[in-house]
Amino acid sequence: MAQPRKQNEALYFMRRNAKLQIGVVIVFLFIILALVGPLLTKYQPRDYVAPGAQPPSSEFWFGTTSFGEDVFTQFVYGLRSTFLVGIVGGGLGTLIGILIGFTAGYRGGIVDEVLNMLTNIVLVVPSLVVLLIVAAYLEVRGLVFESVYIALFSWPWAARAIRAQTFSLRSRDFVDLGRLSGMKPLKIIFTEIAPNMMSYLLLTFILQFGGAILTAATLDFIGLGPTEGMSLGLMMNNATTYSAIMLHMWWWFIPPGLAITAIVGSLYITNVGLDEVFNPKLREM
Amino acid sequence: MSLQVKDLTVYYQTLRGEVHALESTTFGIADGEIMGLAGESGCGKTTLGQSLIFLHPPMKLIKGGVTLDNKQLPIGNMERMNNFRFKKVSIIPQYAMNAMNPTRKIGKMVADLLKSRNVDFKSLLPELKRRLDLVKLSYDVLDMYPIELSGGMKQRMVMVLSTMLNPSLLIADEITSALDVSSQKAVSEMLVQFRDRGYCKSVIVITHDISVLYQIADTILIMYAGQLAEKAPTDVIVHSSQHPYTKMLISTLPEVGVRYVDKQLAGIPGGPPLLLKPPVGCRFRERCPLAFEKCLEKPPFVETEKGHFVACWKAGA
Amino acid sequence: MRRYFGRKLLIYAITFVLAVTVDWAIPRFMPGNPVEILIARAGLKAESAKLIYSYYMKAFGLNVPIWRQYLNFWIALFHGDLGVSLWLFPQPVMKIIKQAVPYDILLLLPAILLSWLAGNKFGAYAARSKWLDNTISPLAYILQATPYMWLGMLLAWLCGVRLHLLPFSGAYSNAMMPSFSWSFVWSLLQHWILPFASLFIVQFGGWAIGMRNMIIYELEADYSHYLEALGAPRKLVRSYAFHNALLPQITGLALQLGAIVGGALATEIVFSYPGIGFLILQAIQNHDYFLLQGSCLFIIIGVLLANFLIDLAYVLVDPRTRVGMQGEG
Repeated sequence: MAQPRKQNEALYFMRRNAKLQIGVVIVFLFIILALVGPLLTKYQPRDYVAPGAQPPSSEFWFGTTSFGEDVFTQFVYGLRSTFLVGIVGGGLGTLIGILIGFTAGYRGGIVDEVLNMLTNIVLVVPSLVVLLIVAAYLEVRGLVFESVYIALFSWPWAARAIRAQTFSLRSRDFVDLGRLSGMKPLKIIFTEIAPNMMSYLLLTFILQFGGAILTAATLDFIGLGPTEGMSLGLMMNNATTYSAIMLHMWWWFIPPGLAITAIVGSLYITNVGLDEVFNPKLREM
Repeated sequence: MSLQVKDLTVYYQTLRGEVHALESTTFGIADGEIMGLAGESGCGKTTLGQSLIFLHPPMKLIKGGVTLDNKQLPIGNMERMNNFRFKKVSIIPQYAMNAMNPTRKIGKMVADLLKSRNVDFKSLLPELKRRLDLVKLSYDVLDMYPIELSGGMKQRMVMVLSTMLNPSLLIADEITSALDVSSQKAVSEMLVQFRDRGYCKSVIVITHDISVLYQIADTILIMYAGQLAEKAPTDVIVHSSQHPYTKMLISTLPEVGVRYVDKQLAGIPGGPPLLLKPPVGCRFRERCPLAFEKCLEKPPFVETEKGHFVACWKAGA
Repeated sequence: MRRYFGRKLLIYAITFVLAVTVDWAIPRFMPGNPVEILIARAGLKAESAKLIYSYYMKAFGLNVPIWRQYLNFWIALFHGDLGVSLWLFPQPVMKIIKQAVPYDILLLLPAILLSWLAGNKFGAYAARSKWLDNTISPLAYILQATPYMWLGMLLAWLCGVRLHLLPFSGAYSNAMMPSFSWSFVWSLLQHWILPFASLFIVQFGGWAIGMRNMIIYELEADYSHYLEALGAPRKLVRSYAFHNALLPQITGLALQLGAIVGGALATEIVFSYPGIGFLILQAIQNHDYFLLQGSCLFIIIGVLLANFLIDLAYVLVDPRTRVGMQGEG
């Protein structure tokens, strides 16, 4: 049917879209670093490896912290948790967004009204503030908790986008055709609507992924991240608390922030590139 | 001749190549003539209408020229064409109901537009009010937002606005398609009134609904797959057409009072060709009952009798 | 219009009640009694612990039944009483917050407004030409991706430490007391620039991107095509597109407030800027739960109020919220 041709068309444009390629390459490089990095270092993030506050050298590529910890080790371990939070938090947020957005868009009516109200309520609340209240009382916090929490406050953005897309697809002719020919609603959803939303879901997930990373960085920086483990935000937190700025220890706080900016920025640019691939109107002629 | 179109050829640039939407079209419209432009979906009638006033990408002018009132229309040049837009050539678009800025009061928008075209709004206001009367819109609409008007009201407002500067050529693109039958009648009649009062000189009425054209058009131009098929006075098209496509088209129109059991509605089997790589010669030949070898050569659009043009080797058969 | 406002107010009301309830409930339903936790951390001896315990219990109203505590909380709230701080005992939380608020307003109001205005203007430029678009857009995306605190740290390091241009800690010089003198104001400004710049730059990116996309969308709308077909100059078409594109940007502002609050918090930490954000950090570090709760509640109410004000502004600007269809004339 029309699907194979659409897929080929999509692949054709993907190979030619500069934004998409650059973005994907950069993110990919960081993922590799996150996977392979810990294998390149023999230390753990909190190990004492050398006298503190040393600038980058051939032995310690990113230098050491005030406490003599290896910044590079912290960095690669931190990258891991960053990506984990992005996937779990972003993935969960997308999932919830799909559920709510799709139900609201497909059913319409009172269901839509109620879900809309719920979405707006969660949107209005400053998530960080509520987290402060909750997390301050929790003695132990894990990576999973952080991811779930982030998802619980970021899904409205996904839900809104998906609801809008569902609305526009729902009234399209081929859906009506399906309904007229007596297809069961579930079948309509999977065979007619879902394929057309695939690209949209991918775009939404990428945004949620990037947003989760940013939010996690901020949470970790304030000190409300996981109580165990290492993260890029935590590195910046430590750097600030121990006056890295004033002590000219740029190697301590520049890599983590730079990594986050690079990863999230690449994700955003990839998103734009993908949007151009999927949406013919945005392409240059 | 008021409007003279010669060899106009316009293609659409797409990723898969050029779509031959309009192929070597040549015809003319006299002063004060209301010409209907009819054909199936995708036959090129909207492309033709758009080319005459707003030829923008992805449309590309391949060749051909247009003369209006003995002056060349620079349709291929977006900048130079601006001098003619609204003043000499105007359009009531297909999307008339969404054509007005939703966040601006209608009167304010009209004033903005006229001012930007160096026309004094105040001096035109009395005339504007007269025309609003003609289309049965109260002056209050000028003080309202588009959202406050019904679809029909918005359309009439756009009709008035598009003809404010008395253009020589007015293109009315599917203006009755979204309306109910009684509104269709009212709007069509308004169009004729506009022409009679000189608010516009010649009109091209683009539609797929021949029954509307039967009511108001002086002549009808039938298009098929980007080519012109036939042009003749309305009566001739409906009762004594010479092109096989036109004949079949007319016979597909249901007649009031005739029932299915008495006479079945004829259709035209098959579908129009894709215009990415259009067939050689006459593009109707694959569905035409009269097709023969000569049809591989494109028949010219010739005048078989006064005011009657046909593009068919078997015209009159 | 009634419908528009009615719905909004309902959302705000529900959110408000939920927020207050969560704010009140969490510390009470967490394992352990907050006062006990406090005393345990202070490491007091048994005798004095008992005295202080009963004193605090009474002071914080923890010795009455739960439902009564909830009611008391609401009553106190409407009297503007957010409790008493533990860390800065016996100062009332409200008083401490009030001292921090002016610094927040000084920082946030210009940062939000100016970045919104400038971002929208630049986004409009980007939509105008391909060349501008290819330079401004990638930059804007990267800015949007920059974590607030990292930009703050960069600025503090570059301008403060390396170039000795600007101070990067506190709201004013440690050598001064707040007064209406020029030197104080100057010191205030100097300390204000870097945190302001951090907040401004990141948000700027977001608005620029949003506006660019909205304008492109508006330029493809039917009314734009109609104007172009009638020969309207580009200036008119663009000005209509710009005005219409601003509308969703206004609602966007309301929606971003939550995120901006987070960013402000992080920025204040980096610069030790004495706003509510910094206050919250200190409350956490000093286990001052009442100050923490009060500050958070204060912020939530502030955000709700700001949302409401923006909704009001929106009604004034978008005629579609004010009128409905009149019908055939």
